[in-house]
Amino acid sequence: MKTPGEIFEILKEKFGDKITGIETELPVEPVISVDPLAIKEVCEFLRDNDDLRFDTLMSLAGVDDANGEKTKDEDGYDIIKGGTLSVYYHLDSIQKGHKVTLKVSVEREKPEVESVESVWRAADWHEREAFDMYGIVFLNHPDLRRILMPEDWQGHPLRKDYKNPEYYQGMKVPY
Amino acid sequence: MGLLDREFSDGNIVIAKTEDLLNWARLSSLWQLSFGLACCAIEMMATSASHYDFDRFGVIPRPSPRQADIIIISGTVTLKMATRIKRLYEQMPDPKYIISMGSCSNCGGPYWEHGYHVLKGVDRVIPVDVYVPGCPPRPEALLEGLIKLQEKIRHETLRKKTA
Repeated sequence: MKTPGEIFEILKEKFGDKITGIETELPVEPVISVDPLAIKEVCEFLRDNDDLRFDTLMSLAGVDDANGEKTKDEDGYDIIKGGTLSVYYHLDSIQKGHKVTLKVSVEREKPEVESVESVWRAADWHEREAFDMYGIVFLNHPDLRRILMPEDWQGHPLRKDYKNPEYYQGMKVPY
Repeated sequence: MGLLDREFSDGNIVIAKTEDLLNWARLSSLWQLSFGLACCAIEMMATSASHYDFDRFGVIPRPSPRQADIIIISGTVTLKMATRIKRLYEQMPDPKYIISMGSCSNCGGPYWEHGYHVLKGVDRVIPVDVYVPGCPPRPEALLEGLIKLQEKIRHETLRKKTA
């Protein structure tokens, strides 16, 4: 059983610059930041290493950090330029009994993250959800299409600057 | 019902207006499309079960819209589902009736403001006969809604569908 701090040291030694930091001053467990294009090899290592054995992806979730430059359009809706979108990975090891949280942050204008579907099959639908809700593109995902919204839907609803359409297929959307 | 119990005593001959007979037959066997959407569907199932017993009003769930007279919109209608509901409604043969059950299908319910995915009232895509308020409505409320619909059907004329 290892603490997130020890896991961070192991990862830092193995991957160097691709592990960009650890946040410990949080009310929840520490979060290790990883390079978005290295997340797959990091996850493979976490799964296969004899001391770590992260056999379960408990959750994969997108987040809109909304830390870019904010302006308002004429209807009072937020427009956000720049800043980041993030993906959080909550891993659990049933064999070793420890947990860790990983995070990748990508640019809002070009949100591309390496898919971990080949590491844990559970990531398949989770990544499709993050794509559907935030527009985060998971590279090398086998079937990246919307999972909740209709296939012809425009936009990604959980982005902080999302603007709901007036009509969808002739149906009025606002109240 | 008022149609048979008054007139059967007299030599087993029933005298009634065609309209009354048709309306009585229709309102007494409202076959329901077995179709549920959200938490309201749980209450609808409870209404169908033995304690409240929808069947005593002639409501039997049918698995196909082709055999159904009534569709109970029991739950949140998402925009994705609304297109399917419209198709199901169009597949039902006339005469067909709709009960909108619960706040969500009446007007969007708790999703009225921030529900980007919710249709704000099923009456935006199909014509509703009876609205049952509640979140979710108790089985008694749904039964009341059904009785209201039966009242509407009882006063229909052959010339014009009113319910």
